[in-house]
Formats: sequence, structure tokens, C-alpha cells
Amino acid sequence: MEFRHKHILGINELSRDDIVTILDTADSFKEINSRDIKKVPTLRGKTIVNLFFESSTRTRTSFEIAGKRLSADTINITASSSSVTKGETLEDTARNIEAMNPDIIVMRHAASGACHYLAERINSSVINAGDGAHEHPSQALLDLFTMRQHKGSIEGLTVAIIGDIGHSRVARSDLYALNKMGAKVRLCGPGTMMPVGIEQLGAEIFTDMNEAIRDADVVMMLRIQLERQGKTLLPTLREYARFYGLNVNNLKLAKPDALVMHPGPINRGVELSSYVADGPQNVILDQVENGVAVRMALLYLVSGVERGEV
Amino acid sequence: MKTLIQNGRVIDPANNIDAVQDILIEDGKIAAVGNNLKSTGATIIDASGKLVTPGLVDIHVHLRDPGLEYKEDIVSGTRAAAAGGFTSVACMPNSKPVNDNKAITRYIIEKAEKQGLARVFPIGSITKGLAGDSLSEMGDMQEAGCYGFSDDGKPVTSSELMRRALEYARPFNTVIISHAEDLSLVGDGVMNEGFVATELGLKGIPWVAEDAATARDVMLAELTGSRLHIAHVSTKGSVEIVRAAKARGVPVTAEAAPHHFTLTDEAVRGYNTNAKMNPPLRSSADVAAVQQGLADGTLDAIATDHAPHHIDEKNVEFNVALNGIIGLETALPLTLNLVRAGTLTLNRAIELLTCGPARALQLPVGTLSVGALADVAIIDPDLSWTVETAAIVSKSKNTPFIGTTLQGAAIKTLLGGRIVAEK
Repeated sequence: MEFRHKHILGINELSRDDIVTILDTADSFKEINSRDIKKVPTLRGKTIVNLFFESSTRTRTSFEIAGKRLSADTINITASSSSVTKGETLEDTARNIEAMNPDIIVMRHAASGACHYLAERINSSVINAGDGAHEHPSQALLDLFTMRQHKGSIEGLTVAIIGDIGHSRVARSDLYALNKMGAKVRLCGPGTMMPVGIEQLGAEIFTDMNEAIRDADVVMMLRIQLERQGKTLLPTLREYARFYGLNVNNLKLAKPDALVMHPGPINRGVELSSYVADGPQNVILDQVENGVAVRMALLYLVSGVERGEV
Repeated sequence: MKTLIQNGRVIDPANNIDAVQDILIEDGKIAAVGNNLKSTGATIIDASGKLVTPGLVDIHVHLRDPGLEYKEDIVSGTRAAAAGGFTSVACMPNSKPVNDNKAITRYIIEKAEKQGLARVFPIGSITKGLAGDSLSEMGDMQEAGCYGFSDDGKPVTSSELMRRALEYARPFNTVIISHAEDLSLVGDGVMNEGFVATELGLKGIPWVAEDAATARDVMLAELTGSRLHIAHVSTKGSVEIVRAAKARGVPVTAEAAPHHFTLTDEAVRGYNTNAKMNPPLRSSADVAAVQQGLADGTLDAIATDHAPHHIDEKNVEFNVALNGIIGLETALPLTLNLVRAGTLTLNRAIELLTCGPARALQLPVGTLSVGALADVAIIDPDLSWTVETAAIVSKSKNTPFIGTTLQGAAIKTLLGGRIVAEK
């Protein structure tokens, strides 16, 4: 088991072996999360800065818990409380944080490429917690982890990803990850939300959601970004739910044991009906739970420390 | 004062000259072109094995003066021009304040005459303050020395106002330069729409944003019979629109920038802000169409869109970086690449850098005719050099060609018979 990456900027830069290493490492950490004392000394003395320029509850909390369970010191900086409002550049913000010698910076930023920008300019490890519409690697890894947990293997699975593909960093990272692991990916969404040339990334494009989910092993529903959808992309959420929402009826088209997944937060009654969101096939909270173990694995692997007692 | 340039291969497309000849310069003008010229007391320049062409003409530069001198000014910009073989540049009006009145026009001309190392032909704005609301005083500015009008950097959004600008310009026989862009189709796009943008997660600008605006302005020129020049053509569709318009006699000319015939949107990978410009780098099919347009006469000029920006404006996240790259010092070797690739003849390449652009804006330069201003470039087409930040003459260093080895350079640039740059 060898892991040579200093940064985790995107799935695109990871090999299949890297991904397996991360998932296997996460497997070994998962058990810690159900102990009475949920803490191991692996990253004792390491400092992790969660630098979030976009609001996030789930991802930031997950990274924070992951760091704390490995005994690292974690500090959260959010855009509203940072110097950004004073007009400081990203490079200056990064250098100031760098001057305090953190070991790992976990960053979320609205600009695609912001994590690459940071990684080129500082010495700490950088983990991408979501950059614009580019990548969200830890989400894709926890998705794979959850699929592997329930299906045993990812190879050969058919995964339908439905929704706003164009604005979704999750869709891109999932697409890369699933292709590398040998799954088949289908994409479906409104015409205004399908980016040019996405099929060249190795996906089958569907215009009819029913066809996209037919006989699928996994149905991954993306969040409709109410705040980003703008005036011109959709007529109404009502119509969106009708053509691109998952409900008990169209879910029957997928395999009977198909998993229903969602990166959260869900819009009940829009992309997911509540019956499906709370139904027996949903593994949405498993995704959240597994996120902690996967992020522990990422923090541990980029830190380069020897694995001590677990 | 006399200068005799001997034994160079003289290429003067305006006069269909391509022959080893001598050029005699007297009092800042071309005194004679011919074989075995003799002159007592003349300074001799031996140009054996070199090309001797009219000083190059760039009809699309941003000198950032007045107001944005931290990026470039008239002195540094014309020095960069001279270093690249250019003796004439037309500067766009988006300075601070905007060149929308004769006082600014006179400031630019007088500063260039006093301190510049190239001739500067100002372009006035079509609308006051580039605001797109009302026409600038074009007649006044033309008298003061403007050679065309453009809201470059911004399109004239209102079709009616663009029509009026063309109509108003016609009796003055001046040219309206279109920055063709439909802003509603651009939205918040930051690079060419396509596979690379999808992969990088960057918002795309579709080709139709340029083509729709090019088509509108060509039709308005057809309606009004006024002279129109399309700036920085970057798409296959716009090349085709201009080609068809010329075929039916519309008074339209057009230019393309070296980066648009050299690079594709692949150059953006790695979120390279020095590959961010407007119009954006396009697909390989667009690059091929622009090259074809230059070869077959659809496009009249190579113009750099020299757009200096401070490092602080480029050393940021891709989506907030400013658009544009510098071009004066790299245009000649990039054009010669097309000659080496067999896309252009050497004569056509020189035409696109001299009399082609001069004609589009009716500038009194771009030839080596007897009596013409003695603006001359002596070019070593084979000289190999690497673009290095420290050696860039322009105040700004924003170019994607840093580290690239190029072939061809102006080894001497003469402005009115005086050497203004040497390599």
C-alpha cells in the first residue's frame, strides 16, 4: 500500500489503486466511529485548517470530526469571519495561514480551480472540499465507499446520476471515480443543465429519466441548487419534480435492490419524494456516516505519518 | 540624414515587390528603392540574408494611457511595439478617462509624438464613456486625429444605436470597429464553451455569442453602406459571415489575433489565467478557420489585441482574472509560424502585418513607396529566441508564451529613418 499524493485536488488525478487504498484505509477507520471513546492518536500534534469560502454544514462538520477523531487540532475559518470581506486576495489569505504552519488545509471555494491555485502556492497539504463546478473528491470517495459497503464491489455496477450535471462538482468527481472503478455511468438532466461534451468523460447521456434509471444498481439524485438555478434554466420546480424527480413509481424501474443516494442536502418533493428519501432503498445517511471515515483516511494518507495504534 | 539599407530581401506587398534590393532613406522618408543604390555620406545597414519590410502595423492595442499607467503607458507600449517590429499602433479608447473627446485624443497623439517609439493612431469611442447610451463626438475626434471608433471591450448592445453609429460615421468616411459579442449569451462565462470548460468546471462562452453579434453588425453595415471593421475574429462562424459579406460587396474588413490562430482552449488547462482573454481561445476547428481566413483574404489584418494587465490582476482565481494578454513582442514570430507551416506565403504574412491593417483603418503607413514615411522593419526570420519574463519590454508580462521558443524577430526597427529598436 503506497500513497504518494501530498494533495487531494480531484479524483481525476488519482489512480484506481489510490482509490482502493483510500477506501481500504477508510474501512479500517470506520470502526473507531462506533467506539465509546472515538479518538485515536494518529494525527496528534498536527494542525488542520478548514478554510471554507462557501457555506457548508455537512462537509465542514465531517472534516472537523474526522480530524478530531484522529487527535489533530482543527480550526475552522469561514468566509464570513475571514479577511475576504476586507478585500484580501486568496493568495495572501493562504500565506497568512501558512505562516502559522498548519499541516493540512481543507478548502472549499466557489471558484473552480481555487484548490489548484492554493496548492501551487503553499507548502501545506491541500484537500479539496469542493471547488466551484469542478470537483468534490471526498464526496465521490464516500459515495464509492457506500456503494462498496452495500454491493460488495463497484465494478460492473450501473449508476444513474440525475439532475443538474452542469453545475455539479459531485457529478464530475463521481463520474471520474466510477469510471476508474469499472462502473457504468448514466447521466440525465434538463437540457439546460447538461454541459457540452460531458459524454467525452465516459458517460451515457439520457434524455428520459425513466430510461436512465431502468435496471440501474444505484440512482444518485443531485440537489437542485435553488440558489444557483437562475431564471432561465427551469420553468418551475413543479415541472422539474415531474420529469426529473425520483418517486416510488419510477424507482420501480431500477433494480429491486437499487440504492438511492444523494449528496445532500435534499429538497424533499423536488428531486426526491419523501417516500423515497425515507424509504428502504435509501442509503443517504450511510453516505453521511461513511463520510467521516473516508475523510479520516484522506487526512491520514496526505499527512504521511506512520500508522500508530488504531 | 541618410541611411542606405543594402542587399536585403525587400518585401513590400502594397507595391508587389519581393526582390533583393537597396532602400535609400533621406529626411525620414523613402527616397529610392532599387538595385545598387549609391549615396555619399549615408549610414549603411547591411541587410544581407534578412527581410526588409514596411514597419509593422498593429491596429488593435491597449496602451492604458491615460489613467491605467500601472499596466502600460504610451512610452512603454510603443517601446514594446518597436521591439516587436511595429512602427504604427492604433490604440483602443478604454483608457481612464475614456478617449471619447478630442482633449484625450490630443493628449495621446502629443505624448506619442514627443516620447513615443512608434506612431500612435487613436481610436475614439463610439459611445460616450463606453456606456452604450449616446454617440461620442466622432467628427471632432476625427479632426483631432482619430482613425476609427470602437467601444472595444464592450459591444454596443443596442442594435439601433449601432445602426446610428454606422450612419453617423459614413459622411466622415471613418470606420466603426465592432467588438462582436452578445452579452446575454456570454452570461458569466469565462472561457470557450466546450469539453475543456466542462472538465474544468468553468462556465463557457459559446461561439454563437460572437457569431450572432458579427452577423448583426455585418447586416447593419449592409443596410447603411458604412465601413465596418470586425475586431479579433475568433470563430469559424464569424469567418464565414465575413467571407459571405465580402462576396456580396458589404464594406467590411476584419482582423484576427495571433493567439486565436495559434492556441486552442486546451491552453486554459491548469487554470492558466494567461490563457484567459475575450474573445476566448476556441476549438481547433476555429483556429483552422481563422488561419484559412487569413490565407484567403477574408481577414485583412493580424492585430494583437495587446492587453497589458498587472500581475495582481492575473495572479488570482481564474474566474476573477482580467481578460487579455500582451502581444506586440510575439506577433511576428507567431505569424511566421504560419509561413513555415505552409498556411500563408511570406508575402501574404507581411501584407497582413503592414498594408492590410493600414488599409482597414486608412492609415498613411504600411508601404515602402518612394515618398512614404521611412518606417522599416529588418527581420531575421530564422532567429530563434525564448520568451522570458525578464526580457519582456512591455510593463506587463501577461502572456501564455513565456518559456516558449519562437523563431523570427525584428533585428532593427526604423521609425522615420531612425533606429528605435535593435536586437
